[in-house]
Amino acid sequence: MRNVSWFKLLWLVLGAMYFLIPLLATLQFSLQEGRDEYGFGPYKYILTDPLFRQSIWFSFKMAIGTIVLSLLLLVPTVYWARLRLPRLLPVMDFISILPFVVPPIVLVIGLLALYRGAPSWFVATPVILLCGYVIHALPYVYRSVDAGMQAINIHTLTEASQSLGAGWGTILLRVIVPNIRVALLSGAFLTLAIIMGEYTMASLMLFNAFAVYIAYVGETQANPAAALTIISFAMTWITMMGLLAIGRRAGRGQAQIGGAR
Amino acid sequence: MSTALETPKKQRGPARKRPWWRSPTWLGVVPFFAFVTLFLLLPSVRLVMGAFQDEAGGFTFENVRSLFQGQFLSAYWTSISLSALTAFLGGILGGLLAYAALTGGTPRWVRPLLTTFSGVAANFAGVPLAFAFIATLGTTGVVTQFLSETVGLDLYDRGFSLFTFTGLALIYLYFQIPLMVLVIAPAIDGLRREWKEAASNLGASSGQYWRYVGLPILMPSILGAMILLFANAFAAYATPYALTAGNVGVVPVLIGQFVRGDVLANPGQGYALALGMIVVVAVSVAVYSLLQRRAARWTQ
Repeated sequence: MRNVSWFKLLWLVLGAMYFLIPLLATLQFSLQEGRDEYGFGPYKYILTDPLFRQSIWFSFKMAIGTIVLSLLLLVPTVYWARLRLPRLLPVMDFISILPFVVPPIVLVIGLLALYRGAPSWFVATPVILLCGYVIHALPYVYRSVDAGMQAINIHTLTEASQSLGAGWGTILLRVIVPNIRVALLSGAFLTLAIIMGEYTMASLMLFNAFAVYIAYVGETQANPAAALTIISFAMTWITMMGLLAIGRRAGRGQAQIGGAR
Repeated sequence: MSTALETPKKQRGPARKRPWWRSPTWLGVVPFFAFVTLFLLLPSVRLVMGAFQDEAGGFTFENVRSLFQGQFLSAYWTSISLSALTAFLGGILGGLLAYAALTGGTPRWVRPLLTTFSGVAANFAGVPLAFAFIATLGTTGVVTQFLSETVGLDLYDRGFSLFTFTGLALIYLYFQIPLMVLVIAPAIDGLRREWKEAASNLGASSGQYWRYVGLPILMPSILGAMILLFANAFAAYATPYALTAGNVGVVPVLIGQFVRGDVLANPGQGYALALGMIVVVAVSVAVYSLLQRRAARWTQ
């Protein structure tokens, strides 16, 4: 028994080293101002750069837009399919994993090819990126919404509301949504984490998203890029803590997987 | 059954005989399916068609055939071997890490710490991850300098470079291992204590329990998780692009070059490259769902 514990401890220590050393190295790098001088210079540089605020604001708006549009599309659809068209559910399950088969790098080339020459309000604005993001986030949002709906009895809730005279809008907004808000929130947080770090589609569609800005800084200045890496890690951490806090309130503390590779 | 949900009585008879598409029920799901068609299905169809078109728009097999030659073939070989290697190593290391943290004998605070950190690390990828490793193991990285100043070991003189296949594999493991921990944790939790007790009651050693009970039960989950890791690494674009700017030719980076217009060739080849990615990932996802079905037997 002793031996087993030592073996486990060794693994955990090795694992911790592999994951912590790059972070600590980046932290040290981000605090370097010269050969042997340390300070917050790189952070000051980043925080006063107007491009930093612009890109982070852009990505935040895109994330909020993706969350709103995804929920508008998915909540009524999943509700309606579960209530009236259960035969559609396997089809929707299948569609929801398709974005894994058509990853962002492939989706972006397809979108650009299909919509070349489309109206400029669509292709010359972030609208096309937003549509790509909704597809990118689809597996995660769908899973949250579907799990939420599965956990409550939508048939009973709908019948009860209808017998009290509620219309469809009232049922959805004031009965169904409040009952699945934890699931919706966790889907929203995961989407936030994914979109804030998304690089592939934004860079190939030539939008200055946060990750594109990080890459741009990295091409010229190493220390501010390290500072940005730490900031980005902290943002991911905060989002994940939010996700876990929501999950714990719902009684399941399982972290979720998304990510922009 | 309540009547509130049914259509009014007078419509009931005919409604039942009408085919499903004649009743207005399906209208409720139109927006979703329209969106998916416009921004997922049609772009994919366009891509597949483009892969079989030459520059003049005529039908050709040439683009797809070129995937099996020279630069493109070697890009697929690099991508597939990089993804397979990191899926295999990440699967084993992540599995052992999850086993060490989630089963008995470790302090109680290890578990939530590991799952939280795995959630963060699995989502922390792309450009910032590449920078973190450049700061660590790049030519002027902290660990590189530390090793050369204290032990006199110059990694780059010894033939190591972060900007190669090996370096890329090392970085991919940073998100592959945590992903494995997250994916395999439910399966490890699903191993019932009774099975182990039953095995030891019958005189099995710990090794025998794992050899004949534990691992066979976990095997579909482990293989399934490794396939997920494979697809995950295969689609990665931001990390290899930010790190090597195309030095290590993986397929997503090549496709990116087509989109950026760095490569002056016909776009059909870019579409064919993308089509190849869809085929590889589709096959792995199909195998994954088969394995999931087998794994589900034990996790009821």
